Amino acid sequence: MPLVYAGVCSHAPGITGRADQADPDMRDSLYAAFDQMRADIEAAKPDAIIVIAAEHFANFFMDNMPSFALGMADFYDGPIEDTGWIGFDKFRAPGNRDLSERLIKEVMQTVDVSYAEEWKFDHGIAVPLHFLTPNFDVPIIPANINCQGPPLAPLPRAWAFGEALRRAADSFPERIAIVGTGGISHWPATPDSGKINEPWDRDFLDRWCRNDKDALLDYDDASVYADAGQGGFEIRTFLAVSAAAAGATGTVHFFQPIPIFAVSCTIASYAL
Amino acid sequence: MSLYYVQKFLYELNRDEAKQQAYLADRSAALAGFDLTDEEHAALIAPDIGLLFHLGVNGQILMHFGALHHIAWADYLQLMRDGIEEHGPVREGVYAVTGYEGTDAHAMSLGQQPGASKAATSETGEN
Repeated sequence: MPLVYAGVCSHAPGITGRADQADPDMRDSLYAAFDQMRADIEAAKPDAIIVIAAEHFANFFMDNMPSFALGMADFYDGPIEDTGWIGFDKFRAPGNRDLSERLIKEVMQTVDVSYAEEWKFDHGIAVPLHFLTPNFDVPIIPANINCQGPPLAPLPRAWAFGEALRRAADSFPERIAIVGTGGISHWPATPDSGKINEPWDRDFLDRWCRNDKDALLDYDDASVYADAGQGGFEIRTFLAVSAAAAGATGTVHFFQPIPIFAVSCTIASYAL
Repeated sequence: MSLYYVQKFLYELNRDEAKQQAYLADRSAALAGFDLTDEEHAALIAPDIGLLFHLGVNGQILMHFGALHHIAWADYLQLMRDGIEEHGPVREGVYAVTGYEGTDAHAMSLGQQPGASKAATSETGEN
């Protein structure tokens, strides 16, 4: 089946963990946008959701860091974070090992992706799932792009990863949704947490909505770091979704800088 | 200086509840087998969030360690600022510090209401 959904959302742990410290109207508007995203995904009736995240040293470390990885298990536990800190309970999300294996084999035709038969979710996937599949009734296939431990894969490789995911998804009988998660500009978990470069974010999302490949790839890590912080490296997840939805244009459904959440909270999708 | 091993210890700790319990029961014993300087060892025992940030520990690793010690978010940010003030700029690692604007100041610069983070700084447990 052709890909049935492609979208992106924020995954900052403060969205749930520091919910009581945010402006209530902003927080509630964000939560409502997540609710709408859940409804849109449910309407697409996916058999599985590929969640492309930028995990934060929950599974991968500098002793053996894959640029790209896909989960290949029948279940995934999370979050690794303290439940009081992240604001919700531990869970076990369903996977689909067979589908994962087929996906990995197809992606491997063009991208040297690593696979993992064990994968613990951190906030990068757990926070989105808290809103998007609260009953954990849709199989999840986690995908990771190393955005934390440089050297990082060049942006064109992230694009190629997204293209490979799309090609694979389109070749399966299952209905596949893709959700990218990450921040745009942000300086998470540093003394500068809360700093947001809103103009940079808006410009990036303009490129994302136009799905302008050249413009989306016209960044380098040095300028991203200078303008958007180390958290900006996570644009790779958004780029991969753009590649998966190549040819489609996007809509930003929610955009609001919320410093206590440390990021411009964003929800957007492509019209496939 | 062995930032790699400081971070590796924290990486393994963050994702393994059994290791967390072992660390909380006997911090020094939990560090056995990691090639650490005395300074790094002491920072992990204390724990000294500010020193660990100064040494270059990635915040995505360090913030979990703060949570393990029940350090409130605003306190965690302040401890890093204090560490830079006391010890100087981050020695190595993925980033350099670019400023100390903080969440409330930045919210106000965006024309938004500052969060209540400062009011939430007191509910710290062990740190």
